[in-house]
Amino acid sequence: MGNKFYKVAAMSALGLCLTVGAAQAQVKIGVAGPMTGSNAAFGTQLVNGANQAVADINAHGGVLGKKVTAVTVDDACDPKQAVTVANQLVADHVVMVDGHFCSASTIPASKVYSENGVLEISPASTNPQYTDQGSWNTFRVCGRDDEQGKVAANYIKAHFAKDKIAVLDDNSTYGKGIADQVRMNLKKLGVKVAYNASYTAGEKDYSALISRLKQDGIGLVYVGGYYADAGIMEREGAAQGYHPQYFGEDAMATDQLWQIAGPAAQGMLFTFPPPAEKSPSAAAVVKELSAKGQNPGGYVLYSYATIQVWAEAAKKAHSIKPLVVAKELKAGGPWNTVLGQIRFNKIGDVVPAAYAIYIWNNGKYTVHAMH
Amino acid sequence: MIAYALQQLINGITLGMVYGLIAVGYTMVYGIIGMINFAHGDVFMVGAYVGIIVLTAFSGMGIAAVPVGLLVALLVSVVLCGVYGFTIERAAYRPLRGSFRLAPLISAIGMSILLENFVQTSQGAKDRAIPEPIPGGFKIMQQHGFVVQMSYMQIAIIVTTLVTLGIFTYIVTKTPLGRAMRAIEQDAKMAALLGVNTNRVISLTFVIGSALAAVAGIMFLSYYGVINFFIGFNAGIKAFTAAVLGGIGSLPGAVLGGLLIGLIEAFWSGYATIAYKDVAVYSILAIVLMFMPTGLLGRADIEKV
Repeated sequence: MGNKFYKVAAMSALGLCLTVGAAQAQVKIGVAGPMTGSNAAFGTQLVNGANQAVADINAHGGVLGKKVTAVTVDDACDPKQAVTVANQLVADHVVMVDGHFCSASTIPASKVYSENGVLEISPASTNPQYTDQGSWNTFRVCGRDDEQGKVAANYIKAHFAKDKIAVLDDNSTYGKGIADQVRMNLKKLGVKVAYNASYTAGEKDYSALISRLKQDGIGLVYVGGYYADAGIMEREGAAQGYHPQYFGEDAMATDQLWQIAGPAAQGMLFTFPPPAEKSPSAAAVVKELSAKGQNPGGYVLYSYATIQVWAEAAKKAHSIKPLVVAKELKAGGPWNTVLGQIRFNKIGDVVPAAYAIYIWNNGKYTVHAMH
Repeated sequence: MIAYALQQLINGITLGMVYGLIAVGYTMVYGIIGMINFAHGDVFMVGAYVGIIVLTAFSGMGIAAVPVGLLVALLVSVVLCGVYGFTIERAAYRPLRGSFRLAPLISAIGMSILLENFVQTSQGAKDRAIPEPIPGGFKIMQQHGFVVQMSYMQIAIIVTTLVTLGIFTYIVTKTPLGRAMRAIEQDAKMAALLGVNTNRVISLTFVIGSALAAVAGIMFLSYYGVINFFIGFNAGIKAFTAAVLGGIGSLPGAVLGGLLIGLIEAFWSGYATIAYKDVAVYSILAIVLMFMPTGLLGRADIEKV
């Protein structure tokens, strides 16, 4: 019965493709991120932004007269699965990928895309290595961790230099990358780090680590990792009566953090790019997203911008060929996006890239200080 | 320094009791039919999910009495997981009984994947969290500004594990059902010849083992407050290690093994580095098994000729 079902499904899918193909040519793009696993909240942000972008572009006639369709794949923030789904997207003939999310996925996947002539624009991967590898096809619309680490370190020096500082990381490409940047920048600024440690992401019991931090009298805990682990640490810290200042990075920008940590996250600081949802260029999109009941915060608009900037460049270059669009993205611009006016430099990093300091307050995060 | 060591001791004992509670169910099934039930960790996960669904429903109805909610969640979860255990045994293990040894093991892995995917599709892939059901605790002592804390939840976990261990040790060693279980373990065919309804006893063992997993799931949920569809895997591996370390098949061994692992993890993270705590745990497991191949409290198998 299963077999029959698949046959029928495949045939109707084929039929659907043929009808669409006959009516209007289409161009496929990929949306890749963690749709399952502990970072799934960010996968949802990526999909929400991408769907809105595709809908808006198609409502204005598509790209060069072609209708855009998005293929969503799940890498679960796992490097091996990222390569698998990257190959899947290549086989699906996508010309551009909005993704991936975790740097540990984005970097290995980018090699598959570059070999197969697919453009990759990451909305959220901040590890410097991603664009530093110098591939023709790698772009990002978010900042880099060397910048983000510097902003965090400067803020810590200015406000918490008197406290004993611990820097933790989860040993992932992203988490360790950003934590190392913070450590290096703090050292440059002459701020001493009293305790360094790497934990394993996905653990549920951090009570021993919390007791250690408490015993050492740590006043500021920097967490280089994802929200799920940071949230559990804060929760377990509160249960032990330990309330240091927590400091995180862009992977803390999801309501899920508060759902996990609850009031224990009150006052947590983190670095994230300036709030795109407040900028006038995003107003229309924010309104539509809010009407659908979707939060436009976090990386939603960044995901929107990757597709938007690709469509703009393709229109300007009169081609959807990834190589041509990649050249246009770097040479052309500035591009008008929901993030405001952006440009790309020689290696595909966005300029200007800025970071602000956010604070968690009663279940919401707001800008605390601009840099 | 004593205060700090005491705090790590409390952390380690609590963590160890969580492992031990899951391991008791593992070891019970192994003790009777000699099969490693890899789906046990996932039944534990299902138990935690049932708990979160019941608790959410309760707070949705505006009933604020958390202890009552927890108790209802526990009962519902125990019953439902019992049904899961019964069904899993009936569907995945019984048809393979008497087949070669690896067949039910592979079937169990399949069952584990099935449960994970079922929960992932029906409940979503995101982490689910509840606020602390019973906040607060005791301040045990204070030294140089370091306050040793023990929360009510930690006490609840330790008590639950010890009580559960007591009840099930009694069932296995003192009741007619326990005698039938032990008889099946020694020789299933002979037990059947002597009038023991083996199918019924094995079904019951699975129901009881799964109910234990449900208890562990609820305790895990209320202590850590955060669950996802994948917790069964990690917890299952640690609980299995605990069962092997303590001597698989022995109920007190499972709790002892869990306790040891919890203490090693806590003290290793507390005094050495958190990064290599699993290395420490598995090194000690390897050393123990080298000198005591049946684990700490396991009995050596006597081959009957």
